[in-house]
Amino acid sequence: MSGTHGTEKTAGPVLGTSTDTVPPEATSATGTPGDKADAIAAVTRVARAALPANGLITDPTELRTYECDGLAHYRVTPALVVLPETTEQVAAVVRACAEHGVPFVARGSGTGLSGGALPRADGILVVTSRMRAIREVRAADQRAVVEPGVINLDVTRAATPEGYYYAPDPSSQQICSVGGNLAENSGGAHCLKYGFTSNHVLGTDLVTPQGDVVQLGGLAPDAPGYDLLGTVVGSEGTLGIATTAIVRLVRLPEEVRTLLVGFRSTDDAGAATSAIISAGIVPAAIEMMDALAIEAAEAAVHCNYPDGAGAVLVIELDGAAVEVEHEYEQVERLCREHGSFEQRLAIDAAERALIWKGRKSAFAAVGRISPDYIVQDGVIPRTALPEVLRAIADLSSSSGVRVANVFHAGDGNLHPLVLFDGEKEGAGEAAEEVSGAILDLCISHGGSITGEHGVGTDKAAYMPRMFTDEDLDTMQLVRCAFDPDNISNPGKVFPTPRLCGEVPGKRKKPHPLVEAGLADAF
Amino acid sequence: MAQPTRVQSDEPQSDPRKAGAQAHGPVPIGSPTARPAFDDEHPPSAELISDCVHCGFCLPTCPTYTLWGEEMDSPRGRIDLMKAGLQGAPMTDSMVQHFDACLGCMACVTACPSGVQYDKLIEATRVQVERHHTRSPGDRAMRAAIFALFPYKRRLRALRGPLRAYQASGLPKVVRRSGLLDRLAPKLAAMEGLAPVLEKREKLPERVPAVGQRRAVVGMLTGCVQGEFFPGVNAATARVLAAEGCDVVIPRRQGCCGALSVHNGRQEEAERFARSTIDSFEAAGVDTVVVNAAGCGSSMKEYAEVLADDPAYAERARAFVAKVRDVSEYLAELGSVAPRHPLEVTIAYHDACHLGHAQGIRQQPRALLREIPGLQLKEIPEAEICCGSAGIWNVLNPEPARELGDRKARNIASTGATLLVTANPGCLMQVSSSLERQGTRMGLAHTIEVLDASIRGLPLSTLGPQ
Repeated sequence: MSGTHGTEKTAGPVLGTSTDTVPPEATSATGTPGDKADAIAAVTRVARAALPANGLITDPTELRTYECDGLAHYRVTPALVVLPETTEQVAAVVRACAEHGVPFVARGSGTGLSGGALPRADGILVVTSRMRAIREVRAADQRAVVEPGVINLDVTRAATPEGYYYAPDPSSQQICSVGGNLAENSGGAHCLKYGFTSNHVLGTDLVTPQGDVVQLGGLAPDAPGYDLLGTVVGSEGTLGIATTAIVRLVRLPEEVRTLLVGFRSTDDAGAATSAIISAGIVPAAIEMMDALAIEAAEAAVHCNYPDGAGAVLVIELDGAAVEVEHEYEQVERLCREHGSFEQRLAIDAAERALIWKGRKSAFAAVGRISPDYIVQDGVIPRTALPEVLRAIADLSSSSGVRVANVFHAGDGNLHPLVLFDGEKEGAGEAAEEVSGAILDLCISHGGSITGEHGVGTDKAAYMPRMFTDEDLDTMQLVRCAFDPDNISNPGKVFPTPRLCGEVPGKRKKPHPLVEAGLADAF
Repeated sequence: MAQPTRVQSDEPQSDPRKAGAQAHGPVPIGSPTARPAFDDEHPPSAELISDCVHCGFCLPTCPTYTLWGEEMDSPRGRIDLMKAGLQGAPMTDSMVQHFDACLGCMACVTACPSGVQYDKLIEATRVQVERHHTRSPGDRAMRAAIFALFPYKRRLRALRGPLRAYQASGLPKVVRRSGLLDRLAPKLAAMEGLAPVLEKREKLPERVPAVGQRRAVVGMLTGCVQGEFFPGVNAATARVLAAEGCDVVIPRRQGCCGALSVHNGRQEEAERFARSTIDSFEAAGVDTVVVNAAGCGSSMKEYAEVLADDPAYAERARAFVAKVRDVSEYLAELGSVAPRHPLEVTIAYHDACHLGHAQGIRQQPRALLREIPGLQLKEIPEAEICCGSAGIWNVLNPEPARELGDRKARNIASTGATLLVTANPGCLMQVSSSLERQGTRMGLAHTIEVLDASIRGLPLSTLGPQ
């Protein structure tokens, strides 16, 4: 791997204890408030020296604007916000954090829906919004090299003139950052056919929790050795901070057809979805919205979905024109056979955009019909769709908590939106209970607690419902290999900090697994 | 300084949700002298604030976020600051700085899927800022000068003579090349650079009769900057309306509509201008008030809110608002009867923020322009992002305004159009100085001037360099 960008490359990933960069007896925070304040002051001094003057935020009122990401009901004001512009600046801040045992949290555009970028009151928030250069678009190689703060859609905008685009398309693609996508292994409507972020990131420069800069993967596909890149993508900021991403560009399809189909019920729409996939067709996307979600989207963007629909499917077919034509005929027939009462084919880009606008703004649009809501992100086998949707409807009617459904029907990734009014006594708790029960439903149907939003803060408590203690311990081994001091986004993903110790700071004793003779430290 | 929301716990993050709750509860005021940011008289509405779900869809369209990449200079960040203020945080200099930095372009209102009425929130906040914040002496003097000049036609007119003499003297080139003014007084330099080359003023009669059969009687706002710096736009507006069958009534005693005051939190001044504008047009007895400056039209459509607390005017303001139309909105409603002559030109149409974002008028001007045979219309990339003019923002914030202007100018140039068309005097001044800096020579015109040229069969050259 040639070092064409970034600096301070080591020959390869170096995983180890932080003894290289931190003196064994470095002054670490021991947990008293005074020590913590001193540690943060020390990191602040380093940051001030390394970053431009406007790259630090210390004013309490200003800090407050960083207290939450896209999941606004978790709020913590960070001790310091830094806005680095280069990999070296990120590394300098992280090295100081490592030296002083100060936790850090990375944040891109702050649109995540699992509280993955929730700050620490005793930590540093490293915001990548000023690292937004698209360094290279190598269309012929189908690669782009971008900084982590680059907006997802901007990669596509930069590649489109060359006939390419960046496939992962979260609903927030107009603002979410590539770095955040990488951390969360974000999906999107078109992941049914094209795969998640992990299928589209080929390399990254990672600032390790010790502050080293390592290069994982590269311009060439499938780097030899362990797939450390695969480990880092989707690690939710717990293994370091990505400061460069090499992403795959995909050729723009010759033909795209977007079809909006109205059904009387979610049962019919679910059955049609299964029928399409069973017929061997892989549409670029199959999205479903139920009546309540349609109502919200109509209120927000006047997307003009079919009147009286109990559910709509947005089906997009893309590829070679003859193939799309052939698939379109089958999809059209299968929808009709499964009870569709209206089908509309977008005749131009404007109509296609309007259909997608309804779908993509649906989460935030729910703000129009409810003051507060929880976005869930469960996954179920596609065949269980009708059954699980009925069970959600039952949960909703028995609890009196309204639930709107917007989801990627094609791959069984549900996004139930649990509506409540936070001002009403107990409403939040009731909503949370329904939200948790939905996740249980997903698990009991052989699914998962998150499809694409990540575990973050929000779902950490649900991890034990899906994984045994042994499973979680094994995951911790990976974490400890990268971040033995537990300073990289601590408190996320795992229910309680296990083994590495929750409290940031240097671990004094050997790792419990090492002590038990089960493992060696790297 | 008070730290109303800072959650500093010794325990590692036990329950962030609890921390949130804590942050939203009663807030200790840090120092005994710190007063909460807002008083009880129309603070930004807690209910409107609660509409924001923090999704971040506003960020990419916010000019200051695109410039600086900071939350507190984004719509949702400013809403967080308002929330802090409502919870008792004091109005610190930094808080005011972030409110002041907002251009008021309302691109976020367009982008917001949750329907947050940021326009109402920021205007309420600005009134509070004006009431409770003491600005630096320099800032105060600059603002005083601006508000003593721009809303007053006669004072602007008095400036025309010396300005024309200055422009004719060849001094501008020397001044700009020397960069002296930039160094000594950047805000003054900004004003110098923005002043358009003045055209001859055409005096408009009080009534312009309809051509042919009369279809309507409308009133026309002449505006301050529009009237004095772009008199041709007013003349063209009157001619086009007349050609389309309107008797155009132009009340002589009309003054400033108060747009700059409304958009800068100068409540009393805004009320005064609003009352007198309502008086003038009520006296004129017209059913429609046509406005050709986007900023003016947008603030006149807000009179009901501006005068909500005035028992003598609240109802009249509501009735007045129902009559206000942007000229393109009105012409599209009316439908055209006057024949159009071809104009073989490729234009780039720029949505003025106060027309597109604030009034939702995007299709009408485009439809009117497309009626002209031979005219080709190009869309400008990043159309939703403000050009940096924003009323007096470019005078108060010359550097970032220049960055935004240059970005807009690059996008405009990329369309390959030879004529830029927009509907606001501020945008025309801002974009023209950026295009000039970038060395792009192109014509600049108000939508109505293009229609006027087409209806009268004038050559393209009347619309500036092509």
